[in-house]
Amino acid sequence: MNTIYILWLRQLKRFIRSKARIVGSLGQPILFLFALGFGFGPTFAKAGEGNYIQFLAPGVIAMSVLFSAVFFGIEIIWDRQFGFLKETLVAPVSRFYIMLGRTLGGATVSCIQGLIVLLISTVAGFRPVSILGIILALPIMFMGAIVFTALGTAIASKLEDMHVFQMIMNFIIMPLFFLSGALFPLKNLPPALDVITHLNPMTYAVDGLRAALTGTSHFSVITDMGALTGIAFVFLLIGSYLFSKIEL
Amino acid sequence: MIKRKIDSIISVSKLSKKYNGFTAVDSISFSVRKGEIFAFLGPNGAGKTTTIKMLTTLLSPTSGSISVNGFDPKRDQNDVRKSFGIVFQDPSLDDELTARENLDFHGVLYSVPSDVRKIRIKELLTFVELWDRKDSFVKTFSGGMKRRLEIARGLLHHPKIFFLDEPTIGLDPQTRNKLWAYIKELNKKEGITIFFTTHYIEEAEKVADTVAVIDHGKILTKGSPVQLKQETASTTLEESFLKLTGHEIREEEGTVVDRMRMFRRHRK
Repeated sequence: MNTIYILWLRQLKRFIRSKARIVGSLGQPILFLFALGFGFGPTFAKAGEGNYIQFLAPGVIAMSVLFSAVFFGIEIIWDRQFGFLKETLVAPVSRFYIMLGRTLGGATVSCIQGLIVLLISTVAGFRPVSILGIILALPIMFMGAIVFTALGTAIASKLEDMHVFQMIMNFIIMPLFFLSGALFPLKNLPPALDVITHLNPMTYAVDGLRAALTGTSHFSVITDMGALTGIAFVFLLIGSYLFSKIEL
Repeated sequence: MIKRKIDSIISVSKLSKKYNGFTAVDSISFSVRKGEIFAFLGPNGAGKTTTIKMLTTLLSPTSGSISVNGFDPKRDQNDVRKSFGIVFQDPSLDDELTARENLDFHGVLYSVPSDVRKIRIKELLTFVELWDRKDSFVKTFSGGMKRRLEIARGLLHHPKIFFLDEPTIGLDPQTRNKLWAYIKELNKKEGITIFFTTHYIEEAEKVADTVAVIDHGKILTKGSPVQLKQETASTTLEESFLKLTGHEIREEEGTVVDRMRMFRRHRK
């Protein structure tokens, strides 16, 4: 228990102390919100879909959670390169707890980022339907963050250096984001895209957030939360298995 | 012979490690007596670090058997891990945390109760002369300070064995002397067994009770520095080291880590 706590605390401290990273990670969501939000807004309204910012904001919040969560998972590569990973791996504690502590820490920090983006999106004109909705959004964000931190951890356990980071971004993270319904509605999609979006874990995070924050969604909140919890469980298992196999 | 068995805290028998065809450690056997200072002396790429990694559960051996403090690193991982402290060849601190936070983190992982932790952290930081820097971030520390902090950290859970992998690399003579003074004091006062690797001959000669010379993954010879000199009919240990390992210069492949470090240094 203490092991999980101290690893969680470490992630939190590192996050709070790196101001550049906090500011840097906000750039992309802000760009998406304002450029896409106002750019596509008129077209979206003309198509009879209503206010695009209202539709887009949950997607962008989910995006910032996803990106930072994956990043916190992948950070293991960093710890490996700068040696700190060794310190944790020779300690007399189960590797599963180490992985779990890191994951929970990464997920917590990602949720904080998600909340900051939520705050910013209100500046762009986004209006969550209720306080209750915001409270409901938290567990959805957190579960989504666990899914993607665990995914990042699983990937990073198999990699030795940061050079592949760009590849991970372009071939895993970006597709997950673009094919999730964060930017466009999921109805009336071409069949292939329809299948892909349904298989994408990110879809359920976006949809769940949209349900909680705006009251409209493609699936039900129960489906979204159920899917995320199931996937989180599977990814945690895979991630901790791969993590336990790390040799230095 | 039987007595030596009883007294040994580390014993290794026919230990090998192969990486896709390359043999890094080739069927080595040795034992370390409780309370002694044992040096693994060898040129770069001789297999020193690989051996330490196998002794400390970071790497699983291809074949052979190991016993550390009576436990097998393969089966009783956590018992082995509780038995030793380690200073790695490369820095392994979290730069974004303070000196005290790094120690605290370690203490929690090794389940040192928080009141004991507090006392020991003060003791150890005073011992390595870093107490007045306890709340500074590690990223502001020099190489020597980081090493001292790592020594303090490795001792926090009162290990029976202390591994040091090339502990003095890149340090100036002043820091180096100081460091060995700490380590010898520890060994004498607390009776901690010290296992260190080095390619500095004078260090092995000055500090160690027993020296094992390793090269190309094999132990060439072992004994006290005096014995080694006699054995090779040399007047200095350096001469006997060169007689044993030859004059050829070793090439060690740069790892990803080295390249990253270079990159980081250039940016600063």
